[in-house]
Amino acid sequence: MTERADTYKSICDAITPFNKKGVALSETTTFAGDLEWDSLTVMDFVAEIEDTFDIIISMNMQAEIETVGQLTDAVIKLKASPVAEGREK
Amino acid sequence: MTDLFSKFDPLIEQRATLLATGVRDPFSLVMQRVLSPTEAICNGKHTILLGTYNYMGMTFDADVIAAGKAAFDDFGSGTTGSRVLNGTFSPHKDCEEALKEFYDRKYAMVFSTGYQALLGPISTLAGKGDYIILDIDSHASIWDGCRMGDAEVVPFKHNDIEALEKRLKRVPEGAHKLVVLEGVYSMLGDVAPLKDMVRIAKAHGAMVLVDEAHSMGFIGEHGRGVAEDQGVIDDVDFICGTFSKSVGTVGGFCVSNHPKFEILRLVCRPYVFTAAPPPSVVASAAVSIRKLMHGGNKRAHLWENSKRLHAGLKSLGFQLGTQTPQSAIIAVIMPDLERGAMMWEALLDEGLYVNLARPPATPANMTLLRCSLCAEHSAEQVGEIITRFERAGKKAGILAA
Ligand SMILES: Cc1ncc(COP(=O)(O)O)c(C=O)c1O
Repeated sequence: MTERADTYKSICDAITPFNKKGVALSETTTFAGDLEWDSLTVMDFVAEIEDTFDIIISMNMQAEIETVGQLTDAVIKLKASPVAEGREK
Repeated sequence: MTDLFSKFDPLIEQRATLLATGVRDPFSLVMQRVLSPTEAICNGKHTILLGTYNYMGMTFDADVIAAGKAAFDDFGSGTTGSRVLNGTFSPHKDCEEALKEFYDRKYAMVFSTGYQALLGPISTLAGKGDYIILDIDSHASIWDGCRMGDAEVVPFKHNDIEALEKRLKRVPEGAHKLVVLEGVYSMLGDVAPLKDMVRIAKAHGAMVLVDEAHSMGFIGEHGRGVAEDQGVIDDVDFICGTFSKSVGTVGGFCVSNHPKFEILRLVCRPYVFTAAPPPSVVASAAVSIRKLMHGGNKRAHLWENSKRLHAGLKSLGFQLGTQTPQSAIIAVIMPDLERGAMMWEALLDEGLYVNLARPPATPANMTLLRCSLCAEHSAEQVGEIITRFERAGKKAGILAA
């Protein structure tokens, strides 16, 4: 598997326990719209992803992430360089 | 037709549904007369106050009132200006002196409200590329400070030491960090494990800001708060707080020993772009703060009240926010908003005012009846409060009849 496919699969696995309605997952599944997560669920899920990949996803970054695909890209980027988006050099 | 108000429709509907059940609006209570720190006439009825955060009962202290009256005469009714222009009078400087003495710090800044005293330093200290690491149950003033600034904002699970440490470890090398904590969390009245949290924050090179709004005056040997009580106050870089609780007026502050602290007066927008509090208010606050330094007996009585009420409500069968009394706040957990509002009204009918707190301001979407004790509540009043809780609880169906 490529790194992206690996990461995507780990993220889908992490979603499963929070996917109470059993929504079928794809790259375009949205957390707020399709999975209907409230802020408490989002917090627990983000903590899970952060622990799995040993990264920080700040609230600022979370605001830009709507879909499973976008989260996958963000995680890959954060693993490569843990510096926040928008940080001045 | 939709307009800018359409986004509030769910809230308007929720309120309408609640009021349609016949309960009184919990958010439009008016006190016609305030008789003392613990009693008022509410909606025409003599009422014991148990939800005012007037912890030390300073609002009717004769010296506090006299100082305010004298400042009215000597300095007029208002400042009509910013602290950095024409709004700093000698009572403002004296109030800052009182805070330095109280907290034993080198620097103190007085803001117009506690809200601004959190909003200002948090939004200003942490800028672009910096990290703010904060408890997820932080007060709105802290969250708004995060939103107003440009820092990366990283929340951690409430009072979870390990969650804090993990996040500190993951902050990119070289980035500056501000850890924001509270001494007492006001929704459930629980105390933070500051001893471990401050130690860990310092070990990771972070600066620490602690909001001691709900502990000032009665927690810690000198009433300096939870950080003092747990022996870590000297490692805390900034203590913020408010005059709207134990001090008994209105206003807010930040104290520190940081040698560059004074520059905040020029860069903190919620300090610069608003009028300074009226001289009467800060003159009253200065006297109150100095009196709080010698409030040992009152403190002891407040703790007795807190323990007695906690034990009394617990034995009646109410579900409380903490297993043991940790502060002067005791939160009674209600099954839902509707029954919470019913219970709130039943208590008011009994002549007892408590604070109704509901989502989204509450953790885990709970509906809470928040009780805050006062050092001026007598032992008889606390006994009466417990009796009224029992009667109202049966009437509202929270307790078995
Ligand atoms: C924890 C906390 N911080 C800050 C504030 C703001 O204080 P103020 O009422 O002076 O604006 C409050 C209270 O309202 C509070 O509970």
